[in-house]
Amino acid sequence: MSTPTLVMTEADRVAERLYRRRSIRNAISMTLGCAAAIFGLVFLFWILWTTVSRGVGGINFALFTQSTPPPQTEGGLANALFGSLVMCGLALLIGTPLGIAAGTWLAEYAGARKLGTVVRFVNDILLSAPSIVLGLFVYTVVVAQMGIGFSAIAGAISLAFIVLPVVVRTTDEMLRLVPGQMREAALSLGVPHWKVIVQVLYRSASGGILTGILLALARISGETAPLLFTAFGNQYWSTKLTRPMASVPVVMYQYSGSPYESWQQLAWAGALVLTTFVLLTSLIARAIILRKKIRHD
Amino acid sequence: MTSITASTDLELQASRDARKDAAFRLILALTAVFVLIALAAAALSMLWGGRAVLAQEGLSFFFSTDWNPVEDKYGALVPIYGTLVTAAIAMLIAVPASFGIAYFLTELAPDWMRGPVGSAIELLAGIPSIIYGMWGLFVLVPMMTEHVTPWLNDNLGTLPLIGPLFRGPPLGIGMLTAGLVLAIMVIPFIASIMREVFLTVPSRLKESAYALGSTRWEVVRDVVVPYTRTATVGGIFLGLGRALGETMAVAFVVGNNVRFSPSLLEPGTTIAALIANDFAEATETYRSALLLLGFVLFMVTFVVLAAARLMLSRLARREGT
Repeated sequence: MSTPTLVMTEADRVAERLYRRRSIRNAISMTLGCAAAIFGLVFLFWILWTTVSRGVGGINFALFTQSTPPPQTEGGLANALFGSLVMCGLALLIGTPLGIAAGTWLAEYAGARKLGTVVRFVNDILLSAPSIVLGLFVYTVVVAQMGIGFSAIAGAISLAFIVLPVVVRTTDEMLRLVPGQMREAALSLGVPHWKVIVQVLYRSASGGILTGILLALARISGETAPLLFTAFGNQYWSTKLTRPMASVPVVMYQYSGSPYESWQQLAWAGALVLTTFVLLTSLIARAIILRKKIRHD
Repeated sequence: MTSITASTDLELQASRDARKDAAFRLILALTAVFVLIALAAAALSMLWGGRAVLAQEGLSFFFSTDWNPVEDKYGALVPIYGTLVTAAIAMLIAVPASFGIAYFLTELAPDWMRGPVGSAIELLAGIPSIIYGMWGLFVLVPMMTEHVTPWLNDNLGTLPLIGPLFRGPPLGIGMLTAGLVLAIMVIPFIASIMREVFLTVPSRLKESAYALGSTRWEVVRDVVVPYTRTATVGGIFLGLGRALGETMAVAFVVGNNVRFSPSLLEPGTTIAALIANDFAEATETYRSALLLLGFVLFMVTFVVLAAARLMLSRLARREGT
């Protein structure tokens, strides 16, 4: 009677020990996982908090109406905001049509072609290539070779190279999501392929493509590195596309490293405006995608 | 008679449509090829711009630490070393943290939490890198000066072997700080890719493991990780590519010093930070040297990103079948 109980407890003890070790490991892993998530969120709120608390003091009317000041005097970011607006707008104007066209080719014509695979691969690399490298590229081609010099148009072109792969990717993905029956239905009515694409497929994928454009906008509005030696920067209000132009991120870069309190304040005000804009744009982009998803389901 | 004109009209219409179709298709194909040309032209333009310094310095450009534009000497080992070291520090911190976050978001968090926390992490990935740089300069640097650097000097600086890495003046700026800022910047990026990758594991696999009595950790270690291994590494490489090429987050806090120092607490520089700081004012050979550095950076990130994409696409292919 006693022997089997003894054997049982022996086996039980082994099982018990194994079980305990496994649950301890599990508990440790879960604690670390939660800690990592908290760690990530802490930095998110810390960075946002720093931006808001330091930037909010610089938000006033003058920020949007006056140009960047000389050291130790009051001023605003009007010329930089205008410059960012102009260059981002131009970049979208250049990059979006090219991106949509290339994305359409990938989705509709490339099929299983080698060229399609290569373009997709290269586009993905362009998507995450260091932006400073694109700035150097545009510098050598547009600023130095074509002799335009530091200019707003060069800045816009360098940003367009960041827009391009984002739009190519989303257009490609969104068009491939359009059901094949839609193409077949339109084609069977005798509608030419290009008309099917422009009038049927684009309409159906418009939400997704718009999301891509908004995401690209969110990305370029904060880009600094490629603008440093393409658009350069400008202390004064300028509307000429062939002259250097100020932009919010470049002004932030120059002013936050300066010893002047008023310049640092402007840099943080710029940071707050920029972060708000970027977060809002990506939230809108997300909302469009979500609405789309719900409608499809 | 009318039927004949009608049919020729139709034929005309058809041939016009065919021509338009062909033209449309050609234009689209040209833009697609433009993407290829853009990447190749970017690489070649920098190599072309760097030919002057390559002719002057030869291969010692890559192996000399003597970077002195005033004396017209260009050895780029220090910025290359700085780029690799800061990226390595960043990955050392970011990979475990991102893994933990992805683990949390796919296995641990209650359902109502997954959406918002996942979105928050993704939003963090969208914040412009210059904000990270400014935050690093104004918040992290003072903290490093007051607390972290003295502590490292007292504790790790006295150790044999790794000691010299952690000895240095309490400046706050330096490669360690740059690595930390980079880590904070790439964590959300890697974490959101890992989360997406983990979500591709078929739930029947995970549920079978749970049914056999596995703990959550065992499910992740023995089912999720083996299933997604290549794609996970691909995601890590994408983050590495970002860390290597990041400019603004680093330029603020790395110190921009081109003299070699073994200590992580001393100011150093990276390729991207050096270009950002000096390019606009550089002339002649100096400009050429910076362009060649840009080419080096481009090639390194190209290899890393290409490897990342290949590994990620393998998962996509498996999903497809």
